Parts: sequence; structure tokens; C-alpha cells
Amino acid sequence: MALKLSDYKTDVHNDWCPGCGDFGIVNAIQMALAEMNIPRDKAAIFSGIGCSGKTSHFINVYGIHTLHGRVLTFAQGAKIANPDMTIVAAGGDGDGLGIGAGHFVAAGRRDVNMTYIIFDNGVYGLTKGQASPTLKLGEQTKSLASPNTNYDVNPIGLAVASGFTFVARGYSYDIKHLKDLIKAAIQHKGLAFLDVLQPCPTYNDINTRDWYAGVDMVEEAQKRHSRIYKLEDIGFEPTVHFNEESELNEKLSQALIKSLEWGNKIPIGIFYKNELISRYGERLTDTIPNFLENPPAKQRISSNGKPITNVSKLLDSFEV
Amino acid sequence: MSTDITWLIGGPQGSGVETGANIFSRVCAEMGYQVFGKREFYSNIKGEHSYFAVRVADKKIHSNLNDVTVMVSFDAETIFRHYNEVMSGGAMIYDSDLENTTTDDVPTLNQIFKSRLHKELEAKNKPFTISGVLETAKENGVNLYPVSFRDILSKLADETGNPKLKALIRMFNVIGVSLSLGLLKMPPDSLFKSIENIFSKKPKIAEINKQAANHSYNFATAKFNDFNYSLPGTKKEPHTLLVQGHLGAAIGKMVCGCRFQSYYPITPASDECVFLEQHQILEIDGDRPGSTAIIQTEDEISAIGMMIGSALTGTRSATCTSGPGFSLMAEAIGWAGINEVPIVITLYQRSGPSTGLPTRHGQDDLLFAINSSHGEFPKIVYASGDIEESFYDTCNCFNYSDVFQVPVIHMMDKFLSSSVVTCKRFDPSKVTIDRGKLLEKIDDNDYKRFAFTDDGISPRSKLGLENGVFWNTGDERDEYGHISEDPIERIQMMDKRMSRLELIAKKIPKEEQVVSFGVHDFTIISWGSTKGPIIDALEMLKKENIDIGFVQFKLLHPFPTDYAESLLKDAKTIIDIESNHTAQLSQIFKQNLSRDVDYFILKYTGRGMTSTEIYDSLKKIIENKASKREILKHGA
Repeated sequence: MALKLSDYKTDVHNDWCPGCGDFGIVNAIQMALAEMNIPRDKAAIFSGIGCSGKTSHFINVYGIHTLHGRVLTFAQGAKIANPDMTIVAAGGDGDGLGIGAGHFVAAGRRDVNMTYIIFDNGVYGLTKGQASPTLKLGEQTKSLASPNTNYDVNPIGLAVASGFTFVARGYSYDIKHLKDLIKAAIQHKGLAFLDVLQPCPTYNDINTRDWYAGVDMVEEAQKRHSRIYKLEDIGFEPTVHFNEESELNEKLSQALIKSLEWGNKIPIGIFYKNELISRYGERLTDTIPNFLENPPAKQRISSNGKPITNVSKLLDSFEV
Repeated sequence: MSTDITWLIGGPQGSGVETGANIFSRVCAEMGYQVFGKREFYSNIKGEHSYFAVRVADKKIHSNLNDVTVMVSFDAETIFRHYNEVMSGGAMIYDSDLENTTTDDVPTLNQIFKSRLHKELEAKNKPFTISGVLETAKENGVNLYPVSFRDILSKLADETGNPKLKALIRMFNVIGVSLSLGLLKMPPDSLFKSIENIFSKKPKIAEINKQAANHSYNFATAKFNDFNYSLPGTKKEPHTLLVQGHLGAAIGKMVCGCRFQSYYPITPASDECVFLEQHQILEIDGDRPGSTAIIQTEDEISAIGMMIGSALTGTRSATCTSGPGFSLMAEAIGWAGINEVPIVITLYQRSGPSTGLPTRHGQDDLLFAINSSHGEFPKIVYASGDIEESFYDTCNCFNYSDVFQVPVIHMMDKFLSSSVVTCKRFDPSKVTIDRGKLLEKIDDNDYKRFAFTDDGISPRSKLGLENGVFWNTGDERDEYGHISEDPIERIQMMDKRMSRLELIAKKIPKEEQVVSFGVHDFTIISWGSTKGPIIDALEMLKKENIDIGFVQFKLLHPFPTDYAESLLKDAKTIIDIESNHTAQLSQIFKQNLSRDVDYFILKYTGRGMTSTEIYDSLKKIIENKASKREILKHGA
């Protein structure tokens, strides 16, 4: 039986601020799951801490609201143990690029087949608006006592450098585009990273919905135009097609160069995609040939309450 | 006459001390002897002093003694550091080329040790050289057996017509072991077998080593024939294993169905993971091969996060770590606690605080384990006393975590994990697997992961189970697992979780909680790997018709107060023995039983206890000559 969009919604009251960009992301995830008709018990949303951490409670699939910065660790463990699950990890930019940055890099190296969405708004909203790792140096959002003293991290660039094999950016007010990106990320064979620009209407008074829409640029140009543009609209080709160093270098470097664009022109869409690299689970089959058919969660370990693992030969080897 | 000797081999780290000790231990075990070997080493890859003390007896032994019967060394440092441990009538086999070496010639002798040694030698009017030390040993009644290790290599080179052998100082260890076997009049056949075994993948190296062994063995039997001790062999106990300490937990994990272990490298815990990874394919009766996924993570935070993620899929999951890594895991333990996720953490303690003595023993982390992570939630802290126990305990820990849906911290330590001992073959048929309320099927579509039940434990779904969707959160929650800050629901949830502590103390069989080895006027309380040296010390006292009781605590949290109280009611004097400074067991003992401990025998040098030093302290206590805190110091 096909599932409807409403099947993926819980009746948990959503307490995000009115106008929050997070709503668009939750909607897009629900739409993507519904369009892909993924059974509710075969999908899990893992989330971090902060406003975005509540995401898992609003989606009617398994929802694991973890610890600050650690969402990727929980999610990878679950996916390795049960590869049948479709797993989407979600968290804020502070969660993933501040406290969780080490896990971000390590996850890229591993390339476990799942999706990671960062809700990128430049501030720590739930603790009242401190600067997050993606806020630019010298910017002063409204609850900061003084301008930001740190340089910003480049999430797309970091993902590309860390080995993520699908790297994209979405915008939370372009839900349809975002939904398509999420679908592409879930369908991607490998670890997909999605940086979602998500205005915080309460604490980020710089990168607002109007700012993304280019309202402040009206006087400069005759016609108002959005800062955001789509990579696919300019014919950007992100996919690594063959396993050669020149091809790989070209696709990596163009993604890096694109990731540096900011200000009046902000690209969204897929920056980089490479399915020629083996996933973590497949790498495990080098030492455990039947790992994918018989992963940890599927293994029988007992019969009538007695163990069925036979260690006789092993014990023999230690017997004197 | 019964046999009970201690053989010690020492040398720079990386020079094959461990291989030498493994050969010797295996030979002794194959000759039917019981073996207890203790390994000591620095936090260093090459060059610092390491040694292995192997006790060999024809009866069951559980620890080391202070006295060394035979010491074999191929470097000067071993002689400087250990000459005093060799007993009167014992033997020292040493490299005669080292006789003129001064203490200043050995850069790895630390200053404070040197000044202690200089004082000893000064008092005896001896020079600060190997000769000075050897003279002192000789005056102590030690038999000296000088051998030029280089001469042996030269002669071997001539004998075999292979001049390359002259420079093969890598074989000093095998030469030392073979000389020892000759000295102790042991048959050489199992020596060759052991060498073949250890170098089984390198037949050429095995061959050269066998030649060296044969030559050295013959050299010793020809020259050393005045020594009073020998190891002629004894009746072998059937089904005896020779194993290193971490194998108990590792093989326990295989048997009880742990199929996922994530970890970050740390001494002394990683050995267990390396072993599990080497044996990751598992033979399953009546099914296709199984496997353990061993995942090396970027840090211990990730190790515990991944393990919890895996546990949510219904997989029995674990991690193993040591103090610093456990500190990093603390936050996530609370998450597993509030979400009632069954996980097992095998905690191989070492000496803290901070990096502390990273390769040395300690039992410093009991109170930290009990109180790990902020907030109040139920967990189990459980300690094993020896290797054989640790196999069965590991399986029990997984059952406890599944049945009570709590994190279990299984306390092990460096002394236990790096000892090499003979023990009874582990018996998987004694193991049961109880997954508690884990569901395999859910029919209704209103599943509540945290449903209130009579016993406070909710039926547990897992990721991927039809109709089993649930929510977890580190926040307080409702029965579905959604965030709730309702004050009354908070009380219900707290009470539901915390009621488990009482249930645990009630449901875990008493004999798995506390083990009594008898209770007398004087009775010892202890936990963990001090068990072995305590049992041996009590045996020594028994021979003098002195009976001292011993109660070993295994379940440390929740504390088995009632059972302990009933066991100890007839004990007049309580002696607490632990490898830490603050006598941590005594603190929870006092808190729960409202009873003071009378004496403490404590050691925090980072070295494991010997039965000799426990015996000495107990004697002082009985004779009323002890101080309240007896602090043990033995061991280089």
C-alpha cells in the first residue's frame, strides 16, 4: 500500500519559531520519504541537539534524537549493523561543524551509505543566538555583544576534502528543490552531505529570508534578483564519471571553487558526486565475505537460550 | 617435594622479552605445570625496560610471589633493577660481557632509581657496576651463571657455517630461555615445538632459532649442573588453556553473540579488539558463518555512539576502553541510560589520573564508573576477578544489559588483561543467552517504547521491525519517546527507570553478586584482579593454621547490601584490599552497610599485587603490628 505524505507526519506539536527555515527542511524530508515510498519501519531519522535536533520527533519513522555533535556516530553504527535501513542524520551547523567536526571528517573517510543534512543558519538558536561555525568573521548578528572573532568554516569544502561522495547545498525556502536533493542524496550510493541554508528568523538578522531573496540589492540592479542560483541552471556537471586522477581532480577542484562563492551569488544544487568509491559496508566484505547478506542485526546468536557460536577450534588452539 | 618456582626474564622493550616468556610459559604448561605470568612494560615502543615474571607450580596458582628463583637477563638494566629479587639459592643467568657496565652506562636507568641503587651498593661497599651488583647477589646466596651471549652466537656461527649468525642479537631471548631450560633440567623437545609454533609463519627463522636453542641448551646442561631446582614435569590437568587475560572477555563476546564492537586504540584495552578482529569470522552451528564487526573509530566518543546506534538495531554491541577513553564516553552512557539501551563497556582500568601510568595496573575507576555521566539513571557496574571468570561474566553482562535494559560497565584491569596464565578451558555450554524483552514481532500499531509496565521494563523494539517505530531522545520523554517536560510524567519516568536498581539486586543470582571464600574473625573484602593474590596469600596462611575469610564483590552497583551484610555478620575485623589510593570499595561499603573497614591493604605503584606482600601485611594485621593503611611497594 502506497504511503501518503501525511503518514510521515507525527502529531507532535512543533515548537519552532514562526517563520523558521527548519519547517521547510522537515517538509522536504517527509515529501522525499513519501515520494520514495520508503516503509516507515525501514527509515530512521537521527538528529543532534538544538532546534534541528527536534526534527526526528516530527517525522513518523524511527526517530533517534542523540547528543550534541554526535549524531553521525550513532547513525553510522546503526547503518553498519543494519544496512537495510534508510538513514538520514540531521543536525545544526554548530552540532556538525563545531563540536562534531571531528566526526564529520571521519564520516567522510568512511563513506557509510546514508545522508547527513546540516541545518545551516550561522547561529546557535536554542541557546539564544551565539555565533556558530558558519557565521562569517566580523559579522555581528543581533544577540552578539561584539562582532564574530572567528573565520567561518566552509561546509561544502570540508565535505569535499573529507571524502564525502555526494556534496550538495539546498535552500530551506525552496522546498521542491530541496526535496529533490534529499531524494538524490538518499539514492546516492555512499555518504551524502547536504548543507541547507536555513534562515533563523529570531537570531540571524543578517542572512535573512529577504537577504537570500536579494531584497537589499534592489537599488543596485534594475530588477530584484535572488542571491541564490542553481548549479544545474548553469550546466555545472558535478559527477565523477571515470576513475582517473585527472577526472577526480577536476571534479573536486571545481566543487571547491564553487564552494567559495558567497555574497551576491550563492550556488545551490549538487557540487560533487562520486559513486566509483567503495562504501564502508562493501569494504568490510574484504574480511567478512558475507557481511552484506548477514550483517550484525540479522545474525542468529542463540537457539533456545543457548549460544550457537562454535569456538571449539579456537579454544583447542589455546589448549596445552 | 612440591614445585613452585619463579622465572624472570628482562630486557629492553622490543628485544623479544615477551616472545621469550611465551616460549617458557608454553613449555612449562605443556609439561603439565600451572603457570602465572605477569608482564610489565613502559609506555614506549623500543628501549625501555620490560620484564616478565613467570611463576610455575605443580598446584593451582593465582598470582606471583616476590622471590625470583631464576633470573635470566641479556642486558645490564635487568640486572640492576632485579638483582635483589633473586632468592638465596636462586640463580642468575647473565651476559658476562656486561660485567664492567656502570649504572651511568645505562641511559634508561632513571635518576631516582639510580640514587636508591647507589645507596644500597654504597652501604655494601660495592662499585656502581654490574660486578658490584653481582657480588652483592652472590653474598645474598644467589648462584651466578655467566654466559657470553656473543660467544654463543660465534660458536653457533662456526658450528653451522653461517657467519651471519654472529650478529643475530635478536636471538638473545631464545638463548636466554634455552639456557634456563638447561639449568632447570627440563627436556628440550617442547622447547623446539614452542619455537616452531611461535615462528610458524617464518620457517627459516624458526630453524635458526632452533639451532640457537639447541646449542644454548646443550651449553647449559654441560656447564650448569650444581643448581638445586629443576622442572622435570608433572601430571597435566586435562583441558587446560594457556591464555592472556583479555581473551576471557573476547571469547565471551563471541560466544554470547556480541556482533558489533567499536573502539579507539588505547592500552591496555585494544588487545581485546585486535584479537576479536583477527577472529572476526565465526562458526555458527546450523547456520552460515557469522561475524563480529570491529570498527576502529576516530575517538572514544564515536566508539560509544556507534555502539549505541548498533544496539538500537537489536545487535548485541560493545566497546572496550581504558580510563581516558572511558572519561570521553561518559556523556553517552547517560544517553544509553535514559533511553534504556542495552550496551556493554569493558573497562580495562589502568593507573590514573589523566594519562597516569598508561601501561601500568590500577583499580582507580570504580567510583567513577558508578557515577559516570551526569544525572541519575540505573546502570550496572560489575567486576571480574580472573580470566576464567571474565569469560562467563562477559556473557552474563550482556544478559544483564538486555534483561534490565541498562548500560553495563564490566570492570577489568591491566593486571588481569596482561597476565598469561593456565586456566580451565572455557565451557560455552554453561552460557545462556537471555535477551529479556527484546521483541521479534509487533502486531498492534500503537507501540510505545517506554510503556509503563509492572516491573518497570518495557518491551523493546529495534530499528527495522514492522510496527516497531519508536523515538529516542536524551530529553525526558513520554511513553512513545517524544520529549516531555511534564512534571508528573517526569516522576513516572524517573521512578520507572530507577526502580530497576532494586530489581537488579533482586534478580541477579546471589552467587553472581558476591562470592564468599569463607568468613572468619578476620575477613577480607575486595573486588577485581586482587582475587588471585588474595587466594594464594590465604593458602599460605592456612598452612600456618591461620584462617582468614575473603568476600569478593562482583556486583558493585547497585551494591548488594543485604547479601553482603548477611555474609559478613560474623566477621569481627574487616580488611579491604584494593589497587588504589582511596580504598574505593570501602567507601561504598561504608555508605551501604554503615560499617567501617578496620584495615586497608592498598597498592598504587601501578604494579599488580603479589601474594607474598598480601601475606606479609595480613600477618602484621593478625599480630596487631600493622598500620591502618598498609601500602604495598613490591615490583620494578
